[in-house]
Amino acid sequence: MIDRRKFFGRALAGASTTMLAGCYYLSEKPWFTGMLGKVEDLTRAAQHLFAGPQTLAREFSKADISPVFRANGTLDPGTPEYQAHAANGFRDWRVSVSGLVDHPLSLSMDRIRALPQRTQITRHDCVEGWSCIGEWSGPQLSLVLAAASPQPKARYVMFYCADPMTAENDPSHYYYESLGLSEAMHPQTILAHRLNGAALDIPHGAPVRLRAERQLGYKQPKYLQRIVLTDTLDGVGGGKGGYWEDLGYTWYGGI
Amino acid sequence: MTADIAKVSPEVPDGVRAALGLAPSGPHYFFYRHKGWVRIAHWINALCLAILLMSGLNIFNAHPALYWGDVSNFDHPSLSLTAMQDEFGAVTEGVTIIGKHQFDTTGVLGASKIDGQLSPRGFPSWATLPGPSWLAMARQWHFAFAWLLVFNAVLFFVYGLWSRHFVRDLMPTRGDIAHLPREIADHARLHFHHGEDAKRYNALQKLTYCLVIFVLGPLMVLTGLSMSPTMDSAFPILPWLFGGRQSARTIHFICAFSFFGFFLVHIAMVVLSGSWNNLRSMITGWYVIRGRRRDHD
Repeated sequence: MIDRRKFFGRALAGASTTMLAGCYYLSEKPWFTGMLGKVEDLTRAAQHLFAGPQTLAREFSKADISPVFRANGTLDPGTPEYQAHAANGFRDWRVSVSGLVDHPLSLSMDRIRALPQRTQITRHDCVEGWSCIGEWSGPQLSLVLAAASPQPKARYVMFYCADPMTAENDPSHYYYESLGLSEAMHPQTILAHRLNGAALDIPHGAPVRLRAERQLGYKQPKYLQRIVLTDTLDGVGGGKGGYWEDLGYTWYGGI
Repeated sequence: MTADIAKVSPEVPDGVRAALGLAPSGPHYFFYRHKGWVRIAHWINALCLAILLMSGLNIFNAHPALYWGDVSNFDHPSLSLTAMQDEFGAVTEGVTIIGKHQFDTTGVLGASKIDGQLSPRGFPSWATLPGPSWLAMARQWHFAFAWLLVFNAVLFFVYGLWSRHFVRDLMPTRGDIAHLPREIADHARLHFHHGEDAKRYNALQKLTYCLVIFVLGPLMVLTGLSMSPTMDSAFPILPWLFGGRQSARTIHFICAFSFFGFFLVHIAMVVLSGSWNNLRSMITGWYVIRGRRRDHD
């Protein structure tokens, strides 16, 4: 009886070790990860089928706002340029819109604040698993994009940020992200410059960040400086459409 | 071949024979117990659940805490796996906190060894897929095999209804319910059916399989979908049903360990009631029934 138990114990341990080693081996093989990547397309297609371009993320009441909204990722870009902007109250900060548009724009913070505003109390979901509720205000990105007149072949909206992701401040390793044009035009996708009734603070992305409420946190870049419309994700960073995507995260961030 | 072994060792008792996969000494015959599609669905499920559990633990390790409600109340998690560190930053202890209770789980939960060094880690690397902390890859595995599980489940449901497998083989009958106390007593004494009764699932099996297939499985999928912000925008009822996104995540975790509990009991029952006979019947379909074949079967 003992021997049988020992035998099954060993068989189970052996099987699980073999399986784990096998899975790790597969995780490093491009043909296999490529196959897993195809699943992302399936997930995106299925979610688009159910959600469509317009379904709204739930909006909460003021009573639901989290007492502490966790700040994650970069907490302070810390570059001399950014520090100068912060010291100056971000008066000279500009958000440009360029690429495949007929009317490139360069918006000051005053202009961003002067546009019609949307305020939404929404739940932020981090890819790590936690959630916080906060009240965000800012103009809808769709308004800004409409003002820039996207060209028909524009498919992606790239977002370039002021936070370096390597210690060397290498300009090619600043945070960047991208959304498909339809998610960028979603009514709850805003250029948020206020959180919980106050100007956005540095840990949460001052002076302005993206909110895309049907997406995970890494799809909502902070310290936003440049918006570029393109027809492809190729040729930027690692070509996967974002800083975390280049490190293996899926481009589709709705799940 | 099994019959030959039975001849040379007639003194081996039937209980041991069943456990070793030998045919019983007395009269017996082979009975086709599991259809091909049930067997295929079973093994796809087994693969998916193993990968989903282990990749799920890796995902959980990215934020090894659970909460109740819509959001994370970071100061008061329902459950958390954390590491204690000394003043020099060295990890001294792994702690599991459930509500107000703390447990020292050094080496397994909260802190376990990575390259010989005690490090902060929710679940240990031998339990997660991939072994190292690798959220992006774990998510890819998890979603790929979640799709496979759901495809498999949909086919299983359609075929199970159409072929009457659910009604004929899984739904407990009145007789089953009446036999339930005796069935529980028999299981507790590790007394299992080996004769004609082994052709059908017993009451406990039916109830357990129904619970897993019709309650636990759907609950797992729905709580999983509730964690997707896009799915929540399409179906706001999803997180609401479970009391919020963080509650859904907690229920997802509880379901995962319920599945694991089911797996342990299932394996124990398979082994105790005749490992190879059971295993053979789930691989080839054929199960040894003790006694003489009755004509009306």
